[in-house]
Amino acid sequence: MAKTRLPLEGIRIAGIVVVWAGPWSMQLLAHMGAETIRVESCQRFPAMTRGLFPNPPKLLLDNMPPIMGGYPDREPGDRPWNRSNHANTTLYNQLTMTVDLTRPEGMDIFWRLISKCDAFVENNPPSTMDKLGITYEKMKEVKPDIIMLRAPGYGLSGPWKDYRGLGSNFEEYAGHDILRGYLDMDPSGHSMVFACDHAAGAQGAFVLLAALHYRNRTGKGQLIELSQTEAFLPWIAQALMDYDMNGRIQGTMGNRYPGAAPCGCYRCKGESIAQGTSNLTPDQGNYVFITCHNDEEWQGLCRAMGNSSWTREEKFADTISRYKNQDELDRHIEGWTRERDHFEVMYMLQAEGVPAGPVESYKDAYNDPQLKARGFFEWATQEDCGTHLYPGMPWKMSKTPLRIRRGPARLGEDNEYVYKKIIRVSDEEYAKLDKEGHIGMDFVEP
Amino acid sequence: MEQALSDVRVLDLTRYIAGPYCTKLMADLGADVIKIEKPGEGDPARRMGPFPSDEPHPEKSALFLHLNTNKKGITLNLRCSTGQKILKKLVKDVDILVESFKPETMACWGLDFETLEKINPRLVMASISNFGQYGPYRDFKLSDGILYAMGGDMYTDGMYQREPVKFGVNVVLYEAGSSAAVGIMGANYGAQYGGTGGQYVDISLMETLVSSVDRRVTNLIAYQYCGQQMIRISQAELSFPAGAYPCRDGYFGLTGTGMRWMGVAKMIGDPELEKPPWSTLEAQFDPKRRDEFYERWWFPHLLSRTKLECWYDGQAAGLYCAPLNTTADIMQDLHLRERKFFVEIDHPVAGRITYPGAPYILSETPWQVKKAAPLLGQHNEEVYDRLGYTKQDLVLLRQQGVI
Repeated sequence: MAKTRLPLEGIRIAGIVVVWAGPWSMQLLAHMGAETIRVESCQRFPAMTRGLFPNPPKLLLDNMPPIMGGYPDREPGDRPWNRSNHANTTLYNQLTMTVDLTRPEGMDIFWRLISKCDAFVENNPPSTMDKLGITYEKMKEVKPDIIMLRAPGYGLSGPWKDYRGLGSNFEEYAGHDILRGYLDMDPSGHSMVFACDHAAGAQGAFVLLAALHYRNRTGKGQLIELSQTEAFLPWIAQALMDYDMNGRIQGTMGNRYPGAAPCGCYRCKGESIAQGTSNLTPDQGNYVFITCHNDEEWQGLCRAMGNSSWTREEKFADTISRYKNQDELDRHIEGWTRERDHFEVMYMLQAEGVPAGPVESYKDAYNDPQLKARGFFEWATQEDCGTHLYPGMPWKMSKTPLRIRRGPARLGEDNEYVYKKIIRVSDEEYAKLDKEGHIGMDFVEP
Repeated sequence: MEQALSDVRVLDLTRYIAGPYCTKLMADLGADVIKIEKPGEGDPARRMGPFPSDEPHPEKSALFLHLNTNKKGITLNLRCSTGQKILKKLVKDVDILVESFKPETMACWGLDFETLEKINPRLVMASISNFGQYGPYRDFKLSDGILYAMGGDMYTDGMYQREPVKFGVNVVLYEAGSSAAVGIMGANYGAQYGGTGGQYVDISLMETLVSSVDRRVTNLIAYQYCGQQMIRISQAELSFPAGAYPCRDGYFGLTGTGMRWMGVAKMIGDPELEKPPWSTLEAQFDPKRRDEFYERWWFPHLLSRTKLECWYDGQAAGLYCAPLNTTADIMQDLHLRERKFFVEIDHPVAGRITYPGAPYILSETPWQVKKAAPLLGQHNEEVYDRLGYTKQDLVLLRQQGVI
């Protein structure tokens, strides 16, 4: 059976990428068939890219919540860097190679790889690339039509250029943290979910494709600078423009939304056990999110709740009075939702035309009927992790169905292919580089 | 000047936020985007604020203006057969059609992919819907909070002792729209350059989030690997200091400090902190030590300094940290001003407003503002003229409720 050609097949992209943004740009393109090669090193363990530590000490592992410590069965195993849930998020459908860029023959290999690539992605602090002599000028010498995507936190110029941060810091700087959080608390209440990395990663993939369009028409590559913080700012344009036009400094709206009432997150029945550190396993509870934008949806909600007498009180009689009496409205509604299952509430309310949906736990997501019907989760195998069901593709394409073609790539997994088939080193050169420590599948701790 | 996507033509039937943001990304890099709005009322986003001086006006919604800059705007009633016929004429000359109506709507109008691809075999048609074109939730309604609750990582956003809390403003919808843009652009690349031909792209807002790096995928994999569900917890409860703290003029945040205690000690400048017990790994997980640290050193230090001062000192000490900027801080930020991040755009009705500018800087084909967001039906004459309609025809079509 002929293999379906994927949309981006034939495009080759190398990357020196860390943590989230760069890795995700590459993964999105890999899903659509681009050959993406992550350039890694056996000698250098970059921060928070293949887990927090190459070999996490037990005390730390016990204190890591699942986001960082979600190793299979909580065991680091022989090669923890291949088993990190954090790392594996952005490693499927991709290739990896290792090389020590701090040595001249390593850099030589790197430039030879670049000469075979259409694009290069990096999201390191600017000084990291400077130290390695990796500049757009040098890239162009090696491959004149290369597209180079550089995605540092604050850009390649300006007073904060060399300031260091991770995704949470970029989010703080870019204004999201002041605009979210509980209405009755200061920003310290937020946790470890961030949108900034997605903003940079997705827009990085997008702009890279746009640059490929231009190259195909004109033969010219280019340098693309994507400041991760600037990539996020258009996402809060309404708040920024409100300040510019009206001098108003917006804060959080909690779970509310301008004009909508009721709008919020309501407790439902049943427990949901979550994990923090090894001895913190609270019941986080189940919740449903309900939003009524207008009279019609409010009436649907009243019907679903059995038309209780409180819904006919004057203070809930129109959209404005409901909006102004939200606190009391919320209390009434929670009195009703508390007795019910969070999915049950969704079905009851949606049947009456009311927007509502459960806050899905991870268990809920894997059992979600919609995601199951869509075949969203896919099985994939990786030698050091085993076989698991992974979150799948963001889009469904009719002629070129996308899927997880390969599980999370291990460190150095594709060394032989990349060195011999792409870079075209001889067997002798390969053996030499292997002996010198460039080629491997294990981190060599200094 | 030629831009990166000058060879891409898009028919944009989307409304609100996620779809229009997706096509905005294309328009801002030079794609020819024709936005189709319902005659009379247009895109519902025109009703959404903020408005200058809080005076609602369909041509002055800052949200609409921001999302629809660089697009041409026409009106077309797709509910009547004449309108549907006109759309089919428009489809002939485009590369991409994006729509975000409820599933089955385009099919009801005779505008499903099977029909349109016969007119234009290279067409990439993308449907952005709440949950996808099929499945038990297909006809369910959403808000951005519900989308985040079901598809995003809301379960882990906030504190475990109380209800979870959503992302700010409309960030979730931008997240979904940005994923949609990558998929559509990829499919289009395949059609234009990759030999795959046109195809249909079914995009579920829910799936764009469940597949997202905003931590949903990471935590789903953790659950698969070890059966544990990530807790809603602030960084400060795991190790200290981490997360957001009050300082003299606002808030200051730091992260990754579990591994950078010496940097924290250096930032405070007290040598006692560089020695045991403070410097031991165990101390950083000890709530008693945390409370003592906060009281004796941390809060007094921060509360006597501005967030910019804290940032400067934290960076000098090698810490991952940042100020929690308000929108006022951002618009006055030295760095963003030097980099000319903000742009001023003149709009015939809304006037001159400052907008966020380029998310990226391309060396050969820069991001540009070529035109302000369209007035309702602004480009009817220009676009319909290309199809052979005269001005008088347009008067008739207006009277007949088609445009």
